[in-house]
Amino acid sequence: MKVSQITVFLENKKGRLAEVTEALASRGVNIRAASIADTIDYGLLRLIVSDPVQARQALAEAGFSASETEVLAVEVEDRPGGLASIIRCLADAGINIEYLYAFVGKSGEKAIVVLRSEDTERAREVLQKNNVTLLTGEQVHRL
Amino acid sequence: MKTLPDLESSRALISPAEAMPPDRLRTLQDERLRAVVRRAYETVEVYRRKWSEAGVSPEDIHGVEDLPRLPFITKDDFREAYPFGMFSAPLSEIVEIHASSGTTGKPTVVGYTRADIEIWGEVMGRTLAAGGVTSNDIVQNSYGYGLFTGGLGAHYGAARIGAAVVPTSAGNTKRQLQVMEDFGTTALCCTPSYAIVLGETGREMGINFEALPLRVGFHGAEPWSESMRQEIERSLCIRALDIYGLSEVIGPGVAYECLAQSGLHIAEDHFFPEIINPTTLEHVLEGAHGELVFTTLTKTGLPLIRYRTRDITYFIPGQCKCGRTLRRMAKVSGRTDDMLIIRGVNVFPSQIEQVLGAVEGTEPHYQLVIDRQPGRLDEVELWVEVSEDVISDEVRRMEALEMKILKELESMLGLSIKVRLVEPKSIARSEGKAKRIVDRRDLGI
Repeated sequence: MKVSQITVFLENKKGRLAEVTEALASRGVNIRAASIADTIDYGLLRLIVSDPVQARQALAEAGFSASETEVLAVEVEDRPGGLASIIRCLADAGINIEYLYAFVGKSGEKAIVVLRSEDTERAREVLQKNNVTLLTGEQVHRL
Repeated sequence: MKTLPDLESSRALISPAEAMPPDRLRTLQDERLRAVVRRAYETVEVYRRKWSEAGVSPEDIHGVEDLPRLPFITKDDFREAYPFGMFSAPLSEIVEIHASSGTTGKPTVVGYTRADIEIWGEVMGRTLAAGGVTSNDIVQNSYGYGLFTGGLGAHYGAARIGAAVVPTSAGNTKRQLQVMEDFGTTALCCTPSYAIVLGETGREMGINFEALPLRVGFHGAEPWSESMRQEIERSLCIRALDIYGLSEVIGPGVAYECLAQSGLHIAEDHFFPEIINPTTLEHVLEGAHGELVFTTLTKTGLPLIRYRTRDITYFIPGQCKCGRTLRRMAKVSGRTDDMLIIRGVNVFPSQIEQVLGAVEGTEPHYQLVIDRQPGRLDEVELWVEVSEDVISDEVRRMEALEMKILKELESMLGLSIKVRLVEPKSIARSEGKAKRIVDRRDLGI
């Protein structure tokens, strides 16, 4: 199973973020990680959740527009240079990263980095070749 | 205090055509109408077809009294005849072509013969003379030169009376003000909102308008109020006069204010006006509000017979104290269609729908918000509801969508509109239909 990220389009209006999170909570959807890309007029809320299907339904019912994209989730050693070595192999392969954000897994020992590159398939190949641990959808969503 | 032009000083500039006794004017109109009706029938298919359907022929039209027997034409007729089907002269005789917004896609195209350009110069020359402008003046023309008729129309008028025209065209406000100061501009032609911008910017630059030779302004191409007039007059230390025109009829110069500032004199010897009830299509009673309809009496490139302008106004009864006998119309107070005028550009909601329909991923729900801050040009924002298909996790893709809509709008309207993506169903709907236009401008009309 691929790692799925949900993006919610949010106008910069008071209370919208609270409403999104409440809508997810009411369906028992847990938010694993979140990041917001903001512009003057709106924000793009990117979420890694426990159950993407339930999340899409909850959002639709609450009147939010959302889309789903595949992202890569990599395990990163919690030490100086942990992230650097991963980024380096992508850079050397000429793959650009659009954005990334990190969260800490259940064990608390390793960090998980959500990574969106311009070419997910190639990024996956390069990372695998360099022995980077890629998490599956099951591993990420059902932490 | 600088001396501003007054009615007395401009009286000598009234041309004989503007002060004809009413019965002589009527005879002239009747005679000219008979000729133009014949010409239109013989050379333009739409007239031939419409009149045949109505069972009228040119022989039935003896004078302006008979006009109500003829059917109306509208902007839609221009669209169907796009681009040159409304022309009544062969292209070899057409010397200039202009265009304005159409209700959808295709613009409204107008063609002028050399004689038409002469007429245009004549009526715009009268317009400037009505504000006291003579060959001794320096006319700064800040209407845009281009397909829009404002620029060249004012230019021909100034050239006709022998004034020195400075064709600054629209935009580049600081340079405009530098020209005004250094050249000693005495008369200004621009939209009323741009006149306000010039005043504000000039003050920021430390220009003392009281000390400048500028004394009169000719403002039109967009709706403006009496309070805007006062603001312009105070800010630029000038007399500000209203002018009216539309490209289908000829452009600016169709009607103009004199220094009495009590209504716009219609150049009736060239353009015969009627005011109709837009529902019954019959003439309203003298002095009542209605839709203005024009018949061009002298144009040869593109004769208009009973063209519905969609502009709402009324005839001002009685004669003006300036001495002109030409009938006066009041400032246009509205439209019978949904056309908006933004920064002098005509915009139809149907054009916006067309653009959005062609850009993938946008919902047909939109709202156009128009605002005017004091001393600024109109600000326009188009709010567009996004559909789930276009929501991207990457900002740059969303921005590319905004940019695409902006560019498409700009190429269709010639107007830069800020695009703002909004959440689905966030635009207020009344009875299921979104309120498309929010006009926050206080036009005071």
